[in-house]
Amino acid sequence: MAALEINNVCKIFGSEQVLRDVSLAIDSGEFLILVGPSGCGKSTLMNAIAGLEPVTSGEIRIAGEEVTWQTPAERDIAMVFQSYALYPSMTVRQNISFGLEMRKVPRAEREAAVERVADLLQISHLLDRKPSQLSGGQRQRVAMGRALAREPKIYLFDEPLSNLDAKLRVDMRTEIKKLHQRLGTTIVYVTHDQIEAMTLADCIAVMRDGRILQLGTPDEVYNDPVDIFVAGFMGSPSMNFIVAILEGGAGDYRLRIATPEEEDLVLPWPAVRETPDMAGQVGREVILGLRPEHIGEEDARLGDRNEGTRITARISVVEPTGADILLQLPLGQGEVTARVGPRCRVLAGERLALRVDMGRAVLFDSETERRLA
Amino acid sequence: MDNVIRRRTVGARIGRAMLYAVLLLAALFYLLPLAVMLITSVKPLAEISPGTLLSLPREPTLAPWAKAWGEACTGMRCEGVGGYFFNSIAIVAPAVAISTVIGALNGYALTKWRFRGSELLFALMLFGCFIPFQVVLLPMAQTLGWLGLSSSRAGLILVHVVFGIAFTTLFFRNFFVAVPTELVSAAKLDGAGFFRIFWRILLPVSTPIIVVSVIWQFTQIWNDFLFGVAFSAHDTQPVTVALNNLVNTSTGVREYNVDMAAAMIAALPTLLVYVLAGKYFVRGLTAGSVKG
Repeated sequence: MAALEINNVCKIFGSEQVLRDVSLAIDSGEFLILVGPSGCGKSTLMNAIAGLEPVTSGEIRIAGEEVTWQTPAERDIAMVFQSYALYPSMTVRQNISFGLEMRKVPRAEREAAVERVADLLQISHLLDRKPSQLSGGQRQRVAMGRALAREPKIYLFDEPLSNLDAKLRVDMRTEIKKLHQRLGTTIVYVTHDQIEAMTLADCIAVMRDGRILQLGTPDEVYNDPVDIFVAGFMGSPSMNFIVAILEGGAGDYRLRIATPEEEDLVLPWPAVRETPDMAGQVGREVILGLRPEHIGEEDARLGDRNEGTRITARISVVEPTGADILLQLPLGQGEVTARVGPRCRVLAGERLALRVDMGRAVLFDSETERRLA
Repeated sequence: MDNVIRRRTVGARIGRAMLYAVLLLAALFYLLPLAVMLITSVKPLAEISPGTLLSLPREPTLAPWAKAWGEACTGMRCEGVGGYFFNSIAIVAPAVAISTVIGALNGYALTKWRFRGSELLFALMLFGCFIPFQVVLLPMAQTLGWLGLSSSRAGLILVHVVFGIAFTTLFFRNFFVAVPTELVSAAKLDGAGFFRIFWRILLPVSTPIIVVSVIWQFTQIWNDFLFGVAFSAHDTQPVTVALNNLVNTSTGVREYNVDMAAAMIAALPTLLVYVLAGKYFVRGLTAGSVKG
């Protein structure tokens, strides 16, 4: 049975449609991430699940039971807020046990629950402090502790890490993942950070303008995006989009990329990745999507045994990140980013031979921006 | 001191000294009436008529205070202002408490449980802050009559509560607007209801604004004369009305020392409240602006 089911939910604020026919379902123990740019409706959807905002139409079910018109308290969910929302006048202990107290859990059980989550999150030494005496990371832990104490049906996380500094954010991300693996809880997590989405999720819903564009595993969303928006949103640095003309025919499709002041570049499309949709686009402009890691340096020792199609280009910018090096090079009408190994000794202004891995490239319709192949 | 870095030249020092001198003079000038009142109130009557206003008492006495409290004539009766002082307390205490509680609930509902038209309702309530008292005297008298509260303490309390709500609502609304709404959302998810959230989450952080509301309402209601004189009978008059009657009772010699003592008695509570809680007042008025 689905732990959470959302059917055709719409939400209208005045004249603005914030959620448009949103449907999704997750199983018990799944980690769902709602991701998208600000204003895409992900926080509204989360508030609708929490019961903090009513929906205009549609239905929300938790553990099979319809909760669309239930109050937040009746839904048996817990939420971790972006600002943590710790009760300022209460100690950490009172913060964690408040929800249990409201649900009339006996004192002894409340104390046991506080001990349990304090152990789990290593905040036992902070229990008698007020939130104002805690650091950002500690407040974050307390906010999670408050949610964990109640053992609700679903946990909601609303951008819980965005107020932490970069290093702490990565640590807490790992910790949340560990907690999820250990406790097997059902989590809905909102973020605008696509790395958080990729690393944490079992299932990602990419949202834009109140719609779910794609719902899938991190692997599907990353490698098999449904349109240009999803492809560009997931991944950092983001996917390169190159305008090309589709030529040839079934079994022999080619992409011709016009490059100013140089000969046109022609990239063959692998036959195994052909789709019926491509036939209608022959002779027309299409958009080729290549992730930076799909453009790599040529290994001189391998020679012809290098995979992919060979191109050479004058490198305009070299950006070492430590783990690898990002290169900017002109390709087609604009510049693209390539990701090469940290040992690549290229300088800005030099020409470099690169290999394009067309086996993982994607193709989009230039008008509808939908995926072609 | 002034957060500007500059070399301290002789000229700058002289300028600063002059600045302080002017400020000191201005402060003394403003304190003068209070000083005259205090000095006069402890002088025997014999020292007042020939002496200058500012001369210190040669034989200080508390007799004028005692007379003002217990014997001075206010109109027909000669029982001092003491009884009326307690009348004022009996009116002010419930009126302050009730208007503060209602203002707090209003501010809470208007910010954390918004509903269609709540902003409009707040804007309309704000009008209440700008309505001159004189305008409502007649309708209010009519209303009190209908309610059977004419000339009673309860009637005066009601009037002050009704007038106070506009201000207390404004105070609490502006304070609660700065309290993150996520706190309320978290409490809702934790299972707390309207009053529980108010009592357990918001009220414990509201001390500064409660102090502001109490000081403001206390001062307003204690110092009120117009409603007091219009809506009270002889035995429910507040101290301000009694003071007026005392000063205007024209039989025999005018006892300035008793007048001054009575005025001090009538003014002391508000002074006391400000001295005790003044720093919270300033803090409360600026709360929210610097909240982290």
